Amino acid sequence: MTYPPEIVAEAVVGGLLTGSVYALVALGLTLVYGVLHIINFAHGALLTCAMFAVWALVTFTGISPYTAIIPLAVVFFAVGYVLQRYLIGPASHGDDSNILLVTLGLSIAIENALLATFHADTRTLEGDFGFQVVEIGPMLISRPKLIGFAASLIVAGLLWLLLKRTDTGRAIRAVAKEKLGARLMGIEVGHIFGITFGLGCACLAVAACLLMPSFYVNPRVGNAFVLVAFTIVVLGGMGSIPGALLGGLFIGVVESLGGLLLGDSLGQLGIFIIFILVLLFRPTGLFGARA
Amino acid sequence: MKRSELLFLVALLAVLALVPLLASNLVINFLVTALIVALAALGWNILGGLAGQISFGHAAFFGTGAYVTELLQLRFGMNAWAAAVAGIAAGALMGLAIGAAVFRARLRGSYFALVTLAFAEVLRILTNALDFTGGASGLLLKLQPGAAHFQFDQRSVFAWIGIACVGGVLLLTRHIMHSRFGAQLAAVLENEDAARALGVDIFATKLRAITLSAAITAAAGVFYVQYFLYLDANIGYGTWISIEALLAAIIGGVGTMAGPLIGALALHGLGELTRGFAGSITGIDLVIFGLLLVAAIAFAPAGIVGAWKRYVGGRRNA
Repeated sequence: MTYPPEIVAEAVVGGLLTGSVYALVALGLTLVYGVLHIINFAHGALLTCAMFAVWALVTFTGISPYTAIIPLAVVFFAVGYVLQRYLIGPASHGDDSNILLVTLGLSIAIENALLATFHADTRTLEGDFGFQVVEIGPMLISRPKLIGFAASLIVAGLLWLLLKRTDTGRAIRAVAKEKLGARLMGIEVGHIFGITFGLGCACLAVAACLLMPSFYVNPRVGNAFVLVAFTIVVLGGMGSIPGALLGGLFIGVVESLGGLLLGDSLGQLGIFIIFILVLLFRPTGLFGARA
Repeated sequence: MKRSELLFLVALLAVLALVPLLASNLVINFLVTALIVALAALGWNILGGLAGQISFGHAAFFGTGAYVTELLQLRFGMNAWAAAVAGIAAGALMGLAIGAAVFRARLRGSYFALVTLAFAEVLRILTNALDFTGGASGLLLKLQPGAAHFQFDQRSVFAWIGIACVGGVLLLTRHIMHSRFGAQLAAVLENEDAARALGVDIFATKLRAITLSAAITAAAGVFYVQYFLYLDANIGYGTWISIEALLAAIIGGVGTMAGPLIGALALHGLGELTRGFAGSITGIDLVIFGLLLVAAIAFAPAGIVGAWKRYVGGRRNA
């Protein structure tokens, strides 16, 4: 079977656009991993939560999902800070496998609380988001996806600036490198952990606002993203921001081309196989140099 | 394992064995489902509890046991008992294969958990897409009541077989915990580097653990398919069984002999209770299970069994 080049090109571009939002989801995950050295298994459930928050805000107050970005990011930052500082941290007694299980417990609880509240129905935003397209050459590109692409790059840039140029960023990097040394320099590690987790959740809130115009939400939607995000993080090298960005774009294209060539149900297969192969043969990631 | 604890377990299994004589089909159904989860959780516990390798993907073994058993009967007309044995063997083989790949790459901790989940998902997507495995509509096993076909008119027979299986695996677990292999597992659990320095072959020990663990969980899958006579990708390879096996083992008491059984019974009992109170609101029971998992990690690292031992020990010392 061969496909005309326009269709392949459109799939590649569509994949890049979707991939940029994947990258944003993965950015939150990789940041938390890089600093706390933990895998936040509740990342997907928290994303679902954010998507429902966007849906509720837009549906009941009528504001645009893009206006919701900043307030929602602030709220989710606070939620993340509190979760890490007062629940995940104390409950896991500082043991890595405990953290994994605590976040698994949280994800089960959150996902099913959403199921109990909103039922299993799939919801989308009202409005004509789906029909807004931009013509680029011979291709028709969805406008919400284009906005998502640009905004994801901006957020990644801002995050990078925050880490490199601010005192908080320096403190975060110090804790990531050497926890004990950072504590001896007067950095409050628990506080930095909370801030990092909060930043990860804020990334999710932004991703949710960017996703909702072109996507749907149901209580299980986060599951579809969480393994994709893990794959991106592993692919890009755990803890690496540029890695997450490149990994996200790459996975977006793989998924889109896989869906085109193999059909949607098997398209997802490529992602999991990449995940397994990278972990087995190149656990430091394709783009990340450090272990 | 003290004699009093052993007596308690024997009594518990005896009481469970009496239930089918007195109770309605609904209760027996509950019991069989809980026993299937208990069996899967006992398997999980060999790897996750005794060896400390937390798996998020035991569905890979449950589903393999179930699918191989059903497919051999449906597609090749094999006898149900032979197919059941083949299903368990196939589950063990799946464990061996995944274990060889994953432990050779030295994946552990969170990486191990995630990669097992990914393996289970790959199998779920494949069985969901392929016609040979029934695709998305699943596979129906022909109803042929009769002991020769591993099918029984009376649900109580399934309950007794389940109790016998669980009892057998409990004995096996006890035997392992007191054996050389059990000591090697404990060494891997506590400190891999120290264990290696003492001459424990880490790779071989983990590989044996995952193979045995997979075989037991595959047996749960075999049992599931013979009891319900229906299977699809989301049942066989779905995350539900990975999660329930893990929850039952951890909430019951990770690394203890009886924890997975106690946990499975407690969780399913609690599930029925919440469904009774909350009625048609789906998901409430799982919200509670999720929070229980967090609470268990925070306050009762050895689960119900550990908390009970502490309580009894505290009273004795007082």
